[in-house]
Amino acid sequence: MKIHSPIDSGPPHAATVLARTQESPTIFTLKLQLDDAAAQAAYRFAPGQFNMLYLYGVGEVPISIMSDPGDRSGIGHTIRALGRVTQGLSALQPGDKVGLRGPFGRGWPLQEVGGNDIVLVTGGLGCAPVVSVIHYILKRRERFGKLVIIQGVKHTEDLIWREQYDRWAKLPNTQVLVAASQGGDKWPWHVGHVVELFSLARFDPTCATAMMCGPEGMMRAAADSLLQRGLSPMRLFLSMERNMQCAVGRCGHCQFGGAFVCRDGPVFSWNEAKSLLGHRGF
Amino acid sequence: MTSGFEHAGFLSVEHLNSLLAGLRANAYQCLGPSVVNGAIVMRELHTADALPRGLQAAQTAGQYRLTPDPENRYFAWANGPQAIKPQAFVPQESLWRAERDESGVLQFVAVHPEPARQAIIGVRACDLAALALQDAHFLPDTRRDAHYARRREQLFLVAVQCAVPAATCFCASTGDGPTPTVGYDLMLVELADGFVVVPGSDKGEAVFRMLELPAVTPQQIEAARQQGLEAAAAQTRSLPSPDLREALMKQLEHPRWDEVATRCLACGNCTAVCPTCFCHAETDTPVLDGRSSEHVRIWDSCFGESHGHLHGFNVRPDIRSRYRQWLTHKLATWHDQFGRSGCVGCGRCIAWCPAGIDLTEEVAALTAGEAQP
Repeated sequence: MKIHSPIDSGPPHAATVLARTQESPTIFTLKLQLDDAAAQAAYRFAPGQFNMLYLYGVGEVPISIMSDPGDRSGIGHTIRALGRVTQGLSALQPGDKVGLRGPFGRGWPLQEVGGNDIVLVTGGLGCAPVVSVIHYILKRRERFGKLVIIQGVKHTEDLIWREQYDRWAKLPNTQVLVAASQGGDKWPWHVGHVVELFSLARFDPTCATAMMCGPEGMMRAAADSLLQRGLSPMRLFLSMERNMQCAVGRCGHCQFGGAFVCRDGPVFSWNEAKSLLGHRGF
Repeated sequence: MTSGFEHAGFLSVEHLNSLLAGLRANAYQCLGPSVVNGAIVMRELHTADALPRGLQAAQTAGQYRLTPDPENRYFAWANGPQAIKPQAFVPQESLWRAERDESGVLQFVAVHPEPARQAIIGVRACDLAALALQDAHFLPDTRRDAHYARRREQLFLVAVQCAVPAATCFCASTGDGPTPTVGYDLMLVELADGFVVVPGSDKGEAVFRMLELPAVTPQQIEAARQQGLEAAAAQTRSLPSPDLREALMKQLEHPRWDEVATRCLACGNCTAVCPTCFCHAETDTPVLDGRSSEHVRIWDSCFGESHGHLHGFNVRPDIRSRYRQWLTHKLATWHDQFGRSGCVGCGRCIAWCPAGIDLTEEVAALTAGEAQP
């Protein structure tokens, strides 16, 4: 059996859908396993990295990895059914085949933030690239300080993993702040923009690290608030999203200034990203 | 390997065919200039007699016309819409194939191109500078693109010094021409009665030795040098500096972007003819029998609607932001990626723009200082 380099422009590895979970009316999670035993054994990723998932005859999409890096039972991807590929992926059932290549990009700087309070700010499906960080921290809880999880959604039904948020909220030294711009029945969390919750976050700005993923406007607002409270811009990170087709810094679509988001990101430090974030069109 | 005129030979006009013979003896298929639809393009060349002699390429914003060359030279045309780029980074090629059997099991197969050995005759200093940038993009040590690498290895480049720049040329101001200095296998300088031939690589040296040329005379060397200096001096367009990174990135909200957007058609001609543009889309084409699907890369343009497409929104929905993306990438953020500008001064984007938008004019307007419109 041919062994592929883990970072490659292709061809992909064949992979099998182990499980499919419907998370919301349009969001679903696929747990995948590489068919080739050697490729499976060699596969390692860091939280914040992504894979290219291939649907036969239709194409590839970049999807961040949401499972725990230590979980060898499969590779989790939480996906919104929106375009041609993701709608097709949504129809897959356990046993169906896809292509997978990856992992790609630079993940969250988890090795460097031990001892810090961790503030996670996500919007919509931006929670997916960050949920692996939550799992990572909860498994190594003693290495981190306070954990603040802030998640904003537009509509209440957009909030996936509700039970997990409820569970995390009950953990010691952990604060969960969730907001929906439009409220709904039995919505226990805040109704309003997620920005309104930033001031409630309890952390020590002198030794905290923040990681953000979501709409860029939300991330800019979160950055303003966090930096104002004294967080160092060196300890503020965000995950960017752009059109990605090759995933190896070659096709040119994901360029953000001089950076190739697929290769130099998707995680950037605030100082790397800030100069272009305010300019629509980059 | 030296590339100096001192080691050059002289090939008289009537022996031009021996160059083609020498290349063929080294198993190269020859590509050379040919007139197709009123423009110089690279096509298979069987004999020197088929070369389009006595033509200049008169170019200005939005215009390209072949006109007579009073001195009846072979290479008095400055350039055509394409030269080397489509040979190494081909406009469309399959990267891999997915095969599916009746039970739905997928198998992925790499597609390996088997390109012919090709000698391209008549490439310019700007084309060589552009190829070096394509090499930097596709062939970094850690991430070599296998498809590009295979085609690139097969190329033999016969460069020509530009003696008659077009009005659109500005390679002197980018530092890339008009006399080739690196990156060629052989270089020709066309003089009145023949060619100064300079080997620039081991491959070039091998062909050069087969030609058994007489050494150039000091007068011929002087004429070649002088011709290069005059061609540089004859250029009428320029960029204000080889490094416009700071100057342009300071002007991201300049009103000129709105103004140029009213003229730009977002057709993508500039990116198609640009010898350094590397963007490509990756698409999937199922074969009709349903058993396999080709994963194909195809040239793409940052002027296209789909280039900035993300689920649910477009990063660059308007022409203003697409033109700004193109120009700031080419002249500013290219420095971050490759340590120099992405513009080699070939002027193709000016000539082949159907709206006649002139990159040098836009840069001048954007960087004109405080006196803004």
